[in-house]
This record gives sequence, C-alpha cells and structure tokens, in this order.
Amino acid sequence: MTSRRIALTLLALLALGVAAVATMIALNHRDEQAAAGGPVTSNDASIARGLYLTRAGDCIGCHTARGGTPYAGGRGIETPFGTVYAPNLTPDRDTGLGEWSADDFWRALHNGRARDGRLLYPAFPYPNYTRVTRADADAMYVYLRSLPAVRQVNRAHELRFPFDLQPALAVWRALFFEPGAYRADAARDASWNRGAYLVEGLGHCNACHSKRNALGAPSGPLDLAGGLIPVQNWYAPSLTAADESSVVGWDVADVVALLRDGRSPRGTVMGPMSEVVLNSTQHLSNDDLVAIARFLQSLPATPPSARSSAGSKAATADAAARGARLYADRCAACHGERGEGVPGAYPALAGSRAVTMDSSANLVHIVLEGGFPPSTTGNPRPFGMPPFATFLSNDDVSDLLSHIRRAWGNRAAPVSPLEVARYRDTGRP
Amino acid sequence: MAQRVLACTGCHGPQGRAAPDGYYPRIAGKPPVYLYNQLLNFRDGRRRYGLMSALLAPLSDAYLREIAGHFASLDVAYPPPQPAQAGPELVERGRQLVHEGDAARHVPACVQCHGAAMMGVAPSIPGLLGLPRDYLNAQLGAWRGSARRAQAPDCMAQVAKALSPEDIGAVSAWLAAQPAQGKPAIRLPAPLPLACGGVDAAALVSKSGP
Repeated sequence: MTSRRIALTLLALLALGVAAVATMIALNHRDEQAAAGGPVTSNDASIARGLYLTRAGDCIGCHTARGGTPYAGGRGIETPFGTVYAPNLTPDRDTGLGEWSADDFWRALHNGRARDGRLLYPAFPYPNYTRVTRADADAMYVYLRSLPAVRQVNRAHELRFPFDLQPALAVWRALFFEPGAYRADAARDASWNRGAYLVEGLGHCNACHSKRNALGAPSGPLDLAGGLIPVQNWYAPSLTAADESSVVGWDVADVVALLRDGRSPRGTVMGPMSEVVLNSTQHLSNDDLVAIARFLQSLPATPPSARSSAGSKAATADAAARGARLYADRCAACHGERGEGVPGAYPALAGSRAVTMDSSANLVHIVLEGGFPPSTTGNPRPFGMPPFATFLSNDDVSDLLSHIRRAWGNRAAPVSPLEVARYRDTGRP
Repeated sequence: MAQRVLACTGCHGPQGRAAPDGYYPRIAGKPPVYLYNQLLNFRDGRRRYGLMSALLAPLSDAYLREIAGHFASLDVAYPPPQPAQAGPELVERGRQLVHEGDAARHVPACVQCHGAAMMGVAPSIPGLLGLPRDYLNAQLGAWRGSARRAQAPDCMAQVAKALSPEDIGAVSAWLAAQPAQGKPAIRLPAPLPLACGGVDAAALVSKSGP
C-alpha cells in the first residue's frame, strides 16, 4: 500500500514535471508560427529606411567593438550574470547573418530566437524589439544585408552557471518575456503613437531608465521611473519624476534639442546617454523627435522619491568648509561662484536636478571621470569637464558634492565617502 | 578653444605644458598629426587609459583633429629637465641607443625617426624630450607588452619588442635628463628605417624646408 502510494506520487510528480516542461517550451514558442513574411524588396529607399530604423534602435552601439568595424560585433556587454558578446550583423556567410532569411531576422527581433533555434539573451533587447512591426524589421534586415560582409568570428558569452544554460534562459523567458506588438492608443493622435512606438520598441529606453529585478528583468517598456544601470553604475534618471528628468513643462523644442544635439537650454547629456545621442537620437527626424517628446510629456508623473535624508543631515561645519574651499579652488572658475554656470558652455549647478536628484552616482562619475557631451551636428565642438580621479580622494569628493548639493538654494542629502567609493572605478571602458 | 578643452589641461597642465616631474606628458607643441593619431588610438582602443578613452568616446574625428591642432599650435617654453637618476653606465647605454641604435638587434637609433634634435618631425612624429621618465618607461614598456598600439604597421612596437627592460630604462633615463627646446623639425634627412602606420613617410623627407 505504502509502496503503491509512493509510486503514484512519483508518477504524479513526473506528470507535473512533464507538464511544466511542456508549458515552458510552449511559452518559449509563442507567436512563432506567424514568422513567414512576404518577399522583401531591397532598393535605395528600403535600405535608407533600414539604416534609419537601425539607428533608432542604436544597434551599432552594442554590435561594434571599440574601434572595430561597424556592426561586425565583438563588444562585450557586462551584466551582473557575466559578459554577453554582441554578434556580427554583417552579411558574412560564416560569421555573420549571411545565411539568415528575413524570417530568421524577424524571429530574432520578435521572438528572441536565433536562426539555429537557440534562445537569445535579453541583453539583446528583444522584449522591446518584439513590438517592432514586420515592415520595419524587414527594412532593417535589408539594410544590414547591404553592408560589406566582414569575417569576424563571434566571441562566446562568458556567463556564470546557471545563466549559461539554455533551459535557465527558457525559464527566464517564460517568466519575463512575451512576444507582442505595439498597440496604438486610438484616443491619441498619430504623432503621440509614433513616439510611444519608438520609446517602447526600437528606442528601448526602459533598458536603462528603469529598475531591474534580481534576475535582470525590467518590469516593462512603459516603466521609465529610473534605475541604476547594472555594472556601469550610472543612474539613468526617472523620465517621469519632476525632481529627476521628467520633461513635463519643457518646450517641445528643448526636448528635441537635447536628443538631437545632446544639449539644450534645459540640460546637457553626459555619460551613457552621450552614446545614445551620438549613435541614435541625433539621426532621428524632427517629426520623430517631436513625437518622442510629446509621448514623454504625457507620461503619468510619479511622486517625488521618498528621500531618506534630504534636507535633514547637514554636513559638519568642518566638512562644509572643506567642501566650499574645494569648490572655490577646483570648480568655481567654470561653474561660477554661485553655481550659476555659463550658458552654452558650463552647466549651472544651482537649481540643477542633475545635482539634487536622490542618486549621487552620476555626480561621482562626472567629478572623477569628467566627460564631454557628444559631438553632434548641432553641437560639434562640445565643452568638456576634466577628470578629478587622480586629484581628489573619496573624502574630498564627498565634501565637495555635499557642498554643491546644499549651496545656492539646493536642498539635497549629503554624499558619503562610502557612496563615492562605491561608484569610483566603475563604468569605465 | 582653450575654454572647450579644460578637460585636457586638468591633467596635462595649463596650455598642455605638463612638467617632467609628474606623469602626464606635455602635449603643447607636439606635431598635430601625432596628437590626432593618439586621440584616435585612445578613443578606438589601441591605447589604453580608461580616463582618456572614456573622455574621448563621444567625440568626432573632426573635433579630435581640431583639439590636436590647438595643442600643436601652442608655443610654450620648456622647463629644465630633471637631473638624471641613474648610474653613468646606464646613462651611456641610453645615449648610445638614442644616437646609434643597436644594429645587432635591428634597433634603429631614436634620432633616425625622431629627428637629430629629438624634438620630433612635423606633422606626425613626436619629440622625445621634455617628457617625464616614468611616462617614457611606461610607454616603451606598454609597447613592448602590446598594451599600447599604433596604426599598423606599428613600427614602435617592433622597436620596443627588440629592447630589453634594462635598455628601456636606459633610454628613458637619458632622454628625461636632456633639455628640450625648439619645435619639431620640418623634415628628415633620410627615409624612415621602418614603415609606420598613420605616418606619411614620403612627405617627411620630400617636403621643402624653409
């Protein structure tokens, strides 16, 4: 009787296991039967359209090694689970997409599955690209086919166990990925919908501008509430919070200028966003940038973050004096004695959300590493900030940043030396 | 332009005149194509220094060329060199390598490419004087270990790989102790002994001097 019960239990468990595996396999193949598309046409117009869309997706950003041939792959994308190496997208027969059909390309973009059936890692943002239309995917395919074939063997990913296993990836996908399409909002006009389509899909803005869970999954393309970029440790500010980078209340023209030129009267891009402007948004049409701006301005505002210590813990008098002195010695010549900056050259620090937002990550990076906004057609000769990594200790940076976060009407929490240490030496190539 | 490139002078000194008592090299008055090639090398990963690569990542070729031209055009007096901190034998070995090379190991003399005055040759070959000894050691060592690269064919890599660590120490010690003055030479008296990427070798010997 007992042995029979054990046998029945085992049988039931086995059946459950089989059912779970079958469900997972089914979940991983959702929406794949629709792959067969019509014939694709390659002509100057479709290639140009594909180039445009490929730029909108910033494909070149990951699929090009530093100093390497564009789209030939090889750049390592560091994740908390290991390094994923972007593959060769040029039409080389052996090492690139030479053998891929338009259906294969669509399946990669829409379903996150390679030509040989392997599941792709979501460092390739197919949870966003799944919303790209078939026509747009075909144009990108046609463009990539038009590139010179470059023989460059793909580098194997270097992921930790168990993340290196396809079944683990299948579980991740069953939990966090569902093929989809952009669903137009009939209550909004065509421009707004275009902006939403670009932000949710090719733009994959939430890949940086949202928090990821413990398994690296963002909560969805419409979550743009800000997050620390894994490994790089730059903070991609919230696009919905009024005290971070919401653009509600901005002139549309200023949003457009920021994305097109990397600079606007309301702010300048630095850090990872420089690369996005350089590779992607500066190439978008005015209509598309206006569409993105209008969509971003329509996002529901999130309440100001519940700050642990804003406005309460002031630095000690000694630290405050050291911070003020460091500012006078190192910063005031450009940013002004009262943090007023010089329009068009050196950003104002008084009243700047970049200075007062809760996360101090970007401030630490900028002080230690310096940086230039991108060279764009609209701002070809940007002004640069010097790196202070070799001159300032963690304590110095703490005093300095705590000072600028409290001076000239700024009211933000001080930055501890521990925070400075956490962000030092991360996020550099 | 100086206002745009304060990011550079933070480390390389006012007007890019860094003194030989530190690590960061002087960039003022170096040949423009040399500086431009180095900016490209840092941006594109052939030279590795995280701060430089990150700074230059979002900048265009055209802007890097302009930045290079700006520092190349600065005519700033050189400070006196640091006294040699090496024994006389090592210093003599350094002098010998700089002026005569080492034929047995196919090492050309430094002066064959960098000019008799070692102040470089316009527009693409850098001078060797007025630089910190630590910097010279680090660069030759990096070339020897392939951590620093130039456009192919990488002539300096060939030279550095033929040198022993003691040779590198000798060359750096001797060079760092010489006073620097003047500008890069207009041309070389004889063709380059090696082919060098990013360098228009024919132009270096054929152009007519003033």
